[in-house]
Amino acid sequence: MPDVIFELSFIWAGIIAFAVLVYVILDGFDLGLGILFPFAHTDRDRDVMMNSVAPVWDGNETWLVLGGGGLFAVFPLAYAIVMPALYMPIIIMLLALVFRGVAFEYRWKTVRWRRVWDSAFCGGSAVAALCQGIALGALVQGIEVDGRAYGGGWWDWLTPFSIATGVAVVCGYALLGATWLVMKTSGGVSHRMRDLAKPLAIVTLVFVAGISVWTPFQDPEYFGRWFNWPGTLYTSPVPIALVVAIYLLFHGLATGRDKTPFFAAEAIFVLAFIGIGISFYPNIVPPALTIREAAAPDSSLLFALVGTVILVPIILGYTAYAYWVFRGKIDPEEGYH
Amino acid sequence: MLSGFSAEILARVQFAFTVSFHIIFPAFSIGLASFLAVLNALWLRTGNPTYRALFDYWKKIFAVAFGMGVVSGIVMSYQFGTNWAVFSDRTGPVLGPLMAYEVLSAFFLEAGFLGIMLFGRERVGNGLHMFATAMVAFGTLMSATWILSVNSWMQTPAGYSINELGQFVPENWLEIVFNPSFPYRLLHMVLAAYLTTAFVVAGVGAWHLLKDRTDAAARKMFSMAMWMALLVTPLQIAAGDFHGINTLEHQPAKVMAMEGHYDSHPDGAPLILFGIPNPEEKRIDYAVEIPKLSSLILKHDLNAPLDGLDTIPDADEPPVPIVFFSFRVMVGIGFAMLAVGIWGGVQRYRKRLYDSTLLHRTAVLMGPAGFIAVLAGWITTEVGRQPFTVYGVMRTSESLSPIAAPAVAASLIAFIVVYFFVFGAGTFYIMRLMGKSVGAPKNLEDNGPTRTAGITPVQQLDRGNLAPGE
Repeated sequence: MPDVIFELSFIWAGIIAFAVLVYVILDGFDLGLGILFPFAHTDRDRDVMMNSVAPVWDGNETWLVLGGGGLFAVFPLAYAIVMPALYMPIIIMLLALVFRGVAFEYRWKTVRWRRVWDSAFCGGSAVAALCQGIALGALVQGIEVDGRAYGGGWWDWLTPFSIATGVAVVCGYALLGATWLVMKTSGGVSHRMRDLAKPLAIVTLVFVAGISVWTPFQDPEYFGRWFNWPGTLYTSPVPIALVVAIYLLFHGLATGRDKTPFFAAEAIFVLAFIGIGISFYPNIVPPALTIREAAAPDSSLLFALVGTVILVPIILGYTAYAYWVFRGKIDPEEGYH
Repeated sequence: MLSGFSAEILARVQFAFTVSFHIIFPAFSIGLASFLAVLNALWLRTGNPTYRALFDYWKKIFAVAFGMGVVSGIVMSYQFGTNWAVFSDRTGPVLGPLMAYEVLSAFFLEAGFLGIMLFGRERVGNGLHMFATAMVAFGTLMSATWILSVNSWMQTPAGYSINELGQFVPENWLEIVFNPSFPYRLLHMVLAAYLTTAFVVAGVGAWHLLKDRTDAAARKMFSMAMWMALLVTPLQIAAGDFHGINTLEHQPAKVMAMEGHYDSHPDGAPLILFGIPNPEEKRIDYAVEIPKLSSLILKHDLNAPLDGLDTIPDADEPPVPIVFFSFRVMVGIGFAMLAVGIWGGVQRYRKRLYDSTLLHRTAVLMGPAGFIAVLAGWITTEVGRQPFTVYGVMRTSESLSPIAAPAVAASLIAFIVVYFFVFGAGTFYIMRLMGKSVGAPKNLEDNGPTRTAGITPVQQLDRGNLAPGE
């Protein structure tokens, strides 16, 4: 039986990581185009920007709920330690998501207050992204555990490192949003976003590089996981693939391609995410709580796994279908919504 | 501002506040999603443009309400961990998988098909659009099923054991999911959601009938809603009665508080209609009561003995006044709904359903009644579960996160300010949408489904279909 627990908990760590990754891939550009709202010149441009995600944003955000709900289900101890540790950034993120979520409906219901909801959409998106980045940084720098509970104070998350990761995520999401709009829109918006994408990419990559160098100083263990022969053999494809993605991003932007920059930018996120995963393994809450320690009993893991294995492929199927239904560039004249 | 309060009371107030706001939206959208699916099916089947006009009208309102439900719901899925960490650690192995199933089988379904339902008719055609609409409705019901299973398990835990770490560990998933109070609670809540929506629809229909009693769409929605009021309210009262008897069996202290029975009644307990609980003296002041009726309702026997709170240790007693009053508010509204339903039935029989101004005014007044009843019902059952989070096993006071009171006070104030601002604005927009008649010409303030600037084929289609009704 111990073997079963061992394997199930690692399968589940993979599934939770997958849910968070899908969240970042899908909601990243969604939050990103909110961050870029002030760069649109006209109301009409903002209409187009919001319409490019209006039919799918709710589904994108559901992956965040799966991340939280899934953690509660299969790693209740990690959930019980991380949430109080990140109390402030999580609560602020939730409130920010309230503002940006309602803006999707509210801004079309009023003329006088449209500015207010445009600001709510932009501010909410930016603050949510910042809090997600801060939460990541706080997790990387390590969380104090006391018995089966969080052992630190309610400001421990706030450090220069977590601020840096927060700003990095804001820039990164904005990059995803810009390249998404390059792909999904035409005319003025598309051109402006192409111009913005390059500086955003440079800033994002500077942050990624800086944080990569800074991370081993948070915990020397991280360094060991990357430069520990023969482990390096397995980790080296990540930086190599990263170089390829960066090349494709800049080349795609420079040569006027519509889709390449978006997928290259997403690839950069996926690789950065894998990089974080390599640094964490086998912990779920650095520096001390392991995947295995945090896991629920195997009966819980197994029961939840059955539904996940059946339902997640179906979810991915109809999510893909929804994207396919609303495929192609947004036609400002079509007015499907 | 909140410096005098303990972290526990602040966390409880925060959870109560956020979940109370949240439940308002699902209570409405569960019923509305089903209503929309019925309207769309009727339109496809009969070709009657009034159904299509009503679908488009309520769709806009649904979109706003659903959006508010989504964002207030995300908050709930994280608040277990942020504020109730010990509860999360100990109950996660049992409750977590149920909530994961809710996300997987309900939230994704709703979210995945919502876009197609709201914006996709022209792109996917009527058949797939109907399918998407039905999936959204089905998703809302699945969501209710799982989350009510979770809540019911907290009320009537079953199918578990406790391991050496103090965690609840699943032993039998069927017993956990179908715990003793779950079927009753599910039925009671789904009917409540349907009734809540029916009374909102009736209120909106009545409002427009008061302005123009020939309004075809207003007549249709008022008629449909009054059928629901007539047929579903009696079912709901019966479901509530069964639920109460189930509660008596599994959570007797809650029923004692609901009934205001501080003392045991060995030969038939009275039904206290009204009164003011006096927790210090442990009695109901100014009680107006009917002898032996409580025993008749709960035990179906006039002389059946009923225990009172004197048999429960003080430390295990729920706060009586809140439960006592909220229960009466819920029941009172339930019977008022029954009266309106019967009145509507009589007027329909007399062929005066669309002409009775007094009925219409009453229906407008009763429009928000369902929300109040749902909130009162939830307050009854949740406060009645106190002082436990897992009834009889885990106390609220030992469920808390190790968070300093100032942090919780800050977040509570933030939630209050943001929720009143954001959901106040949303309620205003919904009221404004409801204030427009179904057939009224659209203007800039109300360009919901056709909101991209410029020429809008959908809008023209809308208008084309509306023409006969206008």
